[in-house]
Amino acid sequence: MKFDDTITAIATPRGEGGIGIVRVSGSLAIPIACQLFHPSRDISPDKLPTHTLTHGHVIDTSESDEVVDEVLLGIMRAPNTYTTEDIVEFNCHGGFVPLTTVLELVVKSGARLAEPGEFTKRAYLNGRLDLAQAEAVAELISSKTELSRKIAIDALSGKLSEHVNRLGDSLASLLAEVEASIDFPDEDLDFMKIDTQLQTVRAIQKDLVQFLDTASEGRIIKEGVKVAILGKPNVGKSSLFNALVTTARAIVTDIPGTTRDTIEEAINVGGIPINLIDTAGIRQTDDLVEQHGVQRSRDVLDKAEFLLLMFDASQPLEEADIELLQIGNSHRVILILNKTDLHMVTQPLVLSDHCPKVRVIQTAITEEKGIDELKNAIRDELLGGEFAMAESPIITNARHQDALRRAQESLDNVIASLENEMPPDLVSVDLRIGLDALGDIVGKTTTEDILDRIFSQFCVGK
Amino acid sequence: MSITTYHKHYDVIVVGAGHAGCEAALAAARIGCETLIVTINLDTIAKMSCNPAIGGLAKGHLVKEIDALGGEMAKNIDKTGIQFRRLNTKKGPAVRSSRAQADKKAYQDEMKRVLEKQERLDIKQVLVEELLVENGQCVGIKSQTQTAYFGDAVILTTGTFLRGLVHIGDVSYSAGRAGESSAEKLSESFLNLGFEIGRLKTGTPPRVNAHSINVDQMEIQPGDENPLPFSFSTERITQPQVPCYLTYTNEKTHDVIRENLHRSAMYSGRIVGIGPRYCPSIEDKVVRFAEKTQHQIFVEPEGLDTDEIYLNGISASLPEDVQVDMVHSIKGLEGAEIMRFGYAVEYDFAPATQLQPTLETKTVPGLYFAGQLNGTTGYEEAAAQGLMAGINAALKVRGKEPLILDRSQAYIAVLIDDLVTLDIREPYRMFTSRAEYRLTLREDNADLRLTEIGRKIGLVDDDTYARFQKKASSIQTELKRLDETRLTPNAANVDRLANIIQTGELKQPTLLADLLKRPELCYEHIAHLVPPDAELPEAVKEQVEIQIKYDGYIQRQQRQIQQFKRLENLRIPDTFNYVDVHGLKTEAREKLDKIRPASVGQASRLPGVSPADISILMVMLHQQNQ
Repeated sequence: MKFDDTITAIATPRGEGGIGIVRVSGSLAIPIACQLFHPSRDISPDKLPTHTLTHGHVIDTSESDEVVDEVLLGIMRAPNTYTTEDIVEFNCHGGFVPLTTVLELVVKSGARLAEPGEFTKRAYLNGRLDLAQAEAVAELISSKTELSRKIAIDALSGKLSEHVNRLGDSLASLLAEVEASIDFPDEDLDFMKIDTQLQTVRAIQKDLVQFLDTASEGRIIKEGVKVAILGKPNVGKSSLFNALVTTARAIVTDIPGTTRDTIEEAINVGGIPINLIDTAGIRQTDDLVEQHGVQRSRDVLDKAEFLLLMFDASQPLEEADIELLQIGNSHRVILILNKTDLHMVTQPLVLSDHCPKVRVIQTAITEEKGIDELKNAIRDELLGGEFAMAESPIITNARHQDALRRAQESLDNVIASLENEMPPDLVSVDLRIGLDALGDIVGKTTTEDILDRIFSQFCVGK
Repeated sequence: MSITTYHKHYDVIVVGAGHAGCEAALAAARIGCETLIVTINLDTIAKMSCNPAIGGLAKGHLVKEIDALGGEMAKNIDKTGIQFRRLNTKKGPAVRSSRAQADKKAYQDEMKRVLEKQERLDIKQVLVEELLVENGQCVGIKSQTQTAYFGDAVILTTGTFLRGLVHIGDVSYSAGRAGESSAEKLSESFLNLGFEIGRLKTGTPPRVNAHSINVDQMEIQPGDENPLPFSFSTERITQPQVPCYLTYTNEKTHDVIRENLHRSAMYSGRIVGIGPRYCPSIEDKVVRFAEKTQHQIFVEPEGLDTDEIYLNGISASLPEDVQVDMVHSIKGLEGAEIMRFGYAVEYDFAPATQLQPTLETKTVPGLYFAGQLNGTTGYEEAAAQGLMAGINAALKVRGKEPLILDRSQAYIAVLIDDLVTLDIREPYRMFTSRAEYRLTLREDNADLRLTEIGRKIGLVDDDTYARFQKKASSIQTELKRLDETRLTPNAANVDRLANIIQTGELKQPTLLADLLKRPELCYEHIAHLVPPDAELPEAVKEQVEIQIKYDGYIQRQQRQIQQFKRLENLRIPDTFNYVDVHGLKTEAREKLDKIRPASVGQASRLPGVSPADISILMVMLHQQNQ
């Protein structure tokens, strides 16, 4: 039942690689290294200075001193380590057999296999990270784009927690004001007037809402957006699809087709992971637009969160185009006027007439013209034009979003109470609830099952 | 010197007959224990050493809870109160608090009579010299006259009498109260048992003769026109009611104090004990709030049969000549004749982190501490602890489960949980803001919260219980009626509603309960529109109105309470080994090991224990349970 049992795991991805690392954390880490590691120069691992790498061999003494692998031993002593415990890392030659053999030896010597996320869990439990920071580690690992990496790093460095704590502090000060007016009515102190209280809550609420609003962007950045291209045959859909895929192929490409009819391709547009839905499958069996286009494309419309509607500049608008433009009034879209290198029969203004307030991008895909403008437009549309990596952190975690929503709700109640001139003891009820909700984010009021849920999202070895 | 043994063996022995001691002894005897209460002086039973009042903000809540559980304080003040007021009525239903001026002497006499009449309760004037401990267990007490009294449980409620030291100016002498000797030998015995102690200080203002003051120059402060009793059993207040008066210090007063600060016991460094920040002496007020040109003084009568007047607000440890100048500088008190001078008293307290939530000490089974000894201030705080110590000692002696309330049930629980969990560095007094679930812990529903519990342990008599049941059921009936009856929007009703409120609208049949939720309507309006079968008692009306009007808030708080209970219900075994839990920070480990919290909830409230520490605890408990 001791908490200081020693845990171990292969910390690098499965499969062959240049090196692979077996990480060991806990009070037995250094004794295990002493037992298994035979350094090239004459120094025992327990004498090695902290945060150093030493060359040597892992030897299995139970099997007639067989050399298992040539390794670099990394040694990091408590408390300045990832988990705050003693950590050793065997930097092995990558490959399944050497790594698992070393891992087995470590387990035989008294460590136990770590559960997913257990190293990070220890960092949290040992007080090095707060809950939001620990979660940021998981997000950092799973980040698909530079933008989501930046956001995760910010959260890991504590910026998210700081922001939440700042909101919490403002709420706590207000609560203190309210409490004081209740408990010390005789002291003739200058208590905050109701108007001032209202102003204060509204300011906090505004801040909170802005913060919460980043969640939609956060979700887009983290999980990506499904985008589909719609248009008549020969308008240039395939060319656009290929142009986007070849110029913006995402690092992660292992998203399989989710239905028989469509294939998704992951691309990265300005830091946003986008799953571009190839409607080729549908198009082959039946033309989407010509055959009662809207009806037929419902599948795609349900699936895609954002649509690129394509039109042919060299031809006048047809019935099918007009129908397509209707979609633009009910969905999030960008209008693409393609083939602008040819004689332009249809002008951008004509599209705008049918579909006001929607952005029109002119392209000549075959000439590779307008593709960058289109990418910028997609990014702007998805993240809002003013989006930049602002000072305030971005919410990318559903648990945080939920807690902030509960905080927002409680502040709504506080504002309603103040506006209805409810007495301060009732105002304080919701202030306390809001404060608790914010506390949930950084782990001030958490329960074990939430913890387990959080930590099970980690890959083994972190 | 030979020691003789008293011929009776007691179940419970209570040392001290102040506000804690009286409640403890009555509770134990009423539950069925043979009980002995001893005091240095039978004439000072339930003495109000400081201000002549019971209740006040948050304290009124405690008194009502004591009453609901079957304690005596509320009944006693109802019989002897001479001015009743409800405070904070504009701050919301949760924080309305009752307060009453007491006729001090009558309060004492009445409490003494109640003790005397109580079955199974012996009262003795005894100076206790020693706590008797055998095999680590407290078994009784030994008197100055060398008689040993044996009992299965001993409750110590010694107030300010452990190494009590009174200060006036540069004069100091040993005393528990001015003129009353402290319990020196008992203090030694106490220290020998190895209890950790701290030093606190409290103070009291001068008292003056009513004939020598001029109330015409002061603001009159009458009581409520319709004085509302504390006890749920009291029908009405029958005492004659008298007013209090309000006057103020001025710059001249402050000059007198400033010029003589060096002669104040507090400011000359003679006092090491820490005083209550919330009830500062006049020296403190003048120094800390230097910018204020005046401070309030409530001029309060000490009783109907005395002309002694208590000057609430100027507690002082200044020399007597300075006190005279100070008082004479105040409007209406220019010719005041001081009958008793103000003084400060320092005393030992035992940090209650040495106690279990039952108030039994962790190291000496059978020994309980309650009251000011635990670092609290206030009669009500003392009485609440006395009641709980009495209940738990009695339950233990009778082999029953202890009674431990949680923070969502009562202020009494907030008080005790704070005491056994927090580091108390100054005298602890109750505030409504200490209660997280304040809206649930109202004065008005103390009986609904606690009467059943009091009944179950045997403290609530048949009459009281029958009355309670009747009230509870008529509340339910009326709530149901309002929740099922609709007001139809016919011309007559619309008209009647419009007569009550100008902006009232009635477009469709509306439940009376929903009407009551409108901010501009109160229960009386509803009862006027669609009257119940019979006129309901005020307490029932109030309950119905609060429960319906604030339903949304109450429900939101209930959800919070459910969250809270989850951590509260995660019990930590007594035997839990914190030393072996690796991940805990040293400070947290030491704290947890010392306090040994009963639940994860309590652990989370320990100062120095972080959320991460709590997570570790939960992980460990989880592993242990598997």
